[in-house]
Amino acid sequence: MAEMDTSGGGGHKKGPGVKKGKKLSTRIDLTPMVDLGFLLITFFIFTTTMSQPTAMRLFLPKDVDKPEEQNKVKSSAVLTIMLGKNDLVYYYEGDDPTKLQSSNYKAIRDVIIDKKKRTDPKDFVVVLKPTQDASYKNTVNILDEMTIDAVKRYAMVDISAPEYQLITATEAANGVK
Amino acid sequence: MPKVKLPRKSTAIDMTAMCDVAFLLLSFFILVAKFKPPENLTVTTPTSVSTKVAPEKDVVMITIDKEGKVYFSVSDVNKSQKTEIINSINSAKNLGLTDPEKASFANNPASYIGTPFSQLKSYLSKDAEELKKIVLPGIPVKDSTNNELIEWMRAAASAFQGGKMNIVVRGDDAAKYPSFQGVINAFKKNDQMKFQIVTNPVAVPKGTELFKINEATGTKGSTE
Repeated sequence: MAEMDTSGGGGHKKGPGVKKGKKLSTRIDLTPMVDLGFLLITFFIFTTTMSQPTAMRLFLPKDVDKPEEQNKVKSSAVLTIMLGKNDLVYYYEGDDPTKLQSSNYKAIRDVIIDKKKRTDPKDFVVVLKPTQDASYKNTVNILDEMTIDAVKRYAMVDISAPEYQLITATEAANGVK
Repeated sequence: MPKVKLPRKSTAIDMTAMCDVAFLLLSFFILVAKFKPPENLTVTTPTSVSTKVAPEKDVVMITIDKEGKVYFSVSDVNKSQKTEIINSINSAKNLGLTDPEKASFANNPASYIGTPFSQLKSYLSKDAEELKKIVLPGIPVKDSTNNELIEWMRAAASAFQGGKMNIVVRGDDAAKYPSFQGVINAFKKNDQMKFQIVTNPVAVPKGTELFKINEATGTKGSTE
């Protein structure tokens, strides 16, 4: 394919005084071209963002004002996770916020799994309370964590003022700016 | 001993075929690649294990940028809904928008709203060149008494009535929670309880519950 027939005229003998024109080969070495081709392919593959953005679905509960219509949960089966600043999380079990412990987004998985093992699956609820210092990324990460740990029931709730004060106090004590 | 003569073969291989393949692949990838539409709002989305592809049609998109400013936009294919939204906002808020100003939202692809109602008229009267220069203040959402996104969502919900509306939130990693909370509150006020969050896919961490479930069912990621 890359070469052409240049023999021309086939077997036509030239006279003794006629100089033979030097026949140049038309065969080209295609190796560099192949190299270039594959280089471009690799370049394009690496630069294109392969993945399309995906969407995570979220269903919000309806706000109910009357306390008797609200869902009742056993306080012992509740794990409350509060999202603070600097990618830190604070959690407590049950209904006593003063027992709060600090953690981060990696370690919280073990906390959730540990709590999940110790509680009756039908009562287990995780309550998420992002503070105003938490970033959007933190919020999405913790929602994703619910999916990863297969937590069936979780709720995102606004943080109460005393809890927020507790967090700011803990942050101050830990030297988190 | 008579030696067996092996015919010496040339080590030069004909590269033509390989070259053909390389360039065929190259042209294939270039043609198949979908170009990213130019985005005026650059947002780095967070990651999630979800594998569901984000919708492209009938989308009402709320964008939260890294400063927490909120923008409202509708997918380009839904021109009639866009017109309806801007009309209903105009009459509800008595903005006195002229037809060209309405058209600048409705007919302009990739148009988005990032101003309070008070500045909407002057914003829509600007042309594309001017818009690139100005810094938008975003739709006010953080104050619960003045959450203007509620109005926008109401207009969108009535425009999409009878059809499917995909509410999509596209937020920046660095945005703070109060903006997101304001957006959620606006959804709740309009009884829009379902929405989707645009994320970048990541693999499910090994050894976790979801990983085990996926192993058992043979799926990847999460479809929820």
